[in-house]
Amino acid sequence: MTGGVRVWALHLAVLVALALAPLVVPPYHATNLARIMVLAVFAMGYNIAFGYTGLLSLGHALLLAAGMYATGLLVAHGGWTAGPALLAGALAGAGVAFVVGLLALRTTGAAFMIVTLMFAQAGYLTILYFGDLTRGDEGFTLAREARTLFGLDLVTDATRYSAALALFAAGLIGCLLLVRSRTGRVLVAVRENSERTRMLGYDPFRARLLALTLSGLYAGTAGAAYALLFGYVGASFATVQYSVLALLWVLLGGAGTVLGPLVGTLVMFYLVDFAGNLTDATLFVVGAALILLILFARTGLLGTLRARALAWLP
Amino acid sequence: MAALTPLLKARGLKRHFGGVKAVDGVGLDLGPTGVHALIGPNGAGKSTLVGLLSGRITADAGIIEFAGRDITRLPAHARVRLGIAYTFQVTSIYPRLSVEDNVTLAVRHPSGDVTTAARAALARVGLDIHARQIAGDLSYGHQRLLELAMGLALTPRLLILDEPTQGLAAGEIAGFSALVRDVARDASVLLIEHNMDVVMDLADRITVLDFGRVLASGTPDAIRKDRAVQAAYLGA
Repeated sequence: MTGGVRVWALHLAVLVALALAPLVVPPYHATNLARIMVLAVFAMGYNIAFGYTGLLSLGHALLLAAGMYATGLLVAHGGWTAGPALLAGALAGAGVAFVVGLLALRTTGAAFMIVTLMFAQAGYLTILYFGDLTRGDEGFTLAREARTLFGLDLVTDATRYSAALALFAAGLIGCLLLVRSRTGRVLVAVRENSERTRMLGYDPFRARLLALTLSGLYAGTAGAAYALLFGYVGASFATVQYSVLALLWVLLGGAGTVLGPLVGTLVMFYLVDFAGNLTDATLFVVGAALILLILFARTGLLGTLRARALAWLP
Repeated sequence: MAALTPLLKARGLKRHFGGVKAVDGVGLDLGPTGVHALIGPNGAGKSTLVGLLSGRITADAGIIEFAGRDITRLPAHARVRLGIAYTFQVTSIYPRLSVEDNVTLAVRHPSGDVTTAARAALARVGLDIHARQIAGDLSYGHQRLLELAMGLALTPRLLILDEPTQGLAAGEIAGFSALVRDVARDASVLLIEHNMDVVMDLADRITVLDFGRVLASGTPDAIRKDRAVQAAYLGA
């Protein structure tokens, strides 16, 4: 019981710290934080599939883009309001993940990586193919007046930050509930020993499909929220770069830790930001950071912390 | 015994791998309680047969009935839910989880205290004092017992033990035999075993496989006296 209290206290403290952050940090960083929180929702979704269930996907950009484009196109061309469009984006992410999962989960390991990568590339090319609607690589912006949710103007810094925080908090609490539930333990069991899990009466395919669909729900929601909060929908989010970024954020923060995705996204974001002040070769700095990570903290920042000191960290 | 309807009934089971007739028309009846041993030389088809019964391998032909229900096409995980538990020949646990978490995953109470049930299964194999340890750190013998505890935690009606004493010390085997005898009081145990002392000590019935077929089936005494078995296997 005390273990449970400690876990909830830590995660609520992180949420409170995020809520107080705009009061102390300059607006530039507050906007960054809003962006980081939305992208961290994407990373949390990736973590459910990869960190907890062991599904190494290279196609999560497709799920992010599914949410982003579902919401963006419905608002821009369908005249939908933000609320229903956000819901549609979330469901688009989950729906695409479910369908891709039905096919891709027939494979494992390297084959699964390749199949998910191919699906994502097909998605990216589809966006380019329907250039009349999507405006291809260039993307499109959402009209200011469309970006209002429950009467809140998402364009202003304060409401945008609050909306990003609310979304992140929902994602974080959802993830925490999941991994502490019996279902969450079965996902870990599938990751650790799939055949054993099957012979304990669980269907590993079903568990993986559930994990991937939930992962898609997170990714789709993040994409939809990004479109509404930052007013831009572009094909770059559907490129393999974003699939790899999700993987890197999770690896950096600690795969299979609830807070890892936030930590990884935050650290990587500011690493790139910091490197940008020194050199144009920001990816060089990112690469160096990752090599250091592999050499000295293979389980990521929080994974290492958990192994060294905080065994109770979920 | 013969008057009882069998818990598991297999007829005409076949499974060929290429040209190899691993299981070639096997029939088997298992009662609701007692130990039924499956013996035979290496490559006789024992592991393939229990693979077919547990659902890890699909049959080319034949039918399997469990508690009066045709389960031939049922996937392995669904058979586990019906009460067929399988313990692996090569120890298969979750080495990075705690001993208790390993067993907890096997407990399937819709309601009730999962932890209590897990502890009870651990106590039965004598591993309760190691509950908090990481499973991968246990000795080999203890990992075998953990595997058995996971099987018990499933509260099976049929427990399939695939060479459970392999690698156990003599002292551990005695404890293990006592445990199996206890389990067999209210569940059916199908035991694949190479150690003849264990087989003759535990088994109520024995089926001998050779080249994928049933060579003989009967009580331990009958099997001991069977000439075909002696010639093929026991080395008369």
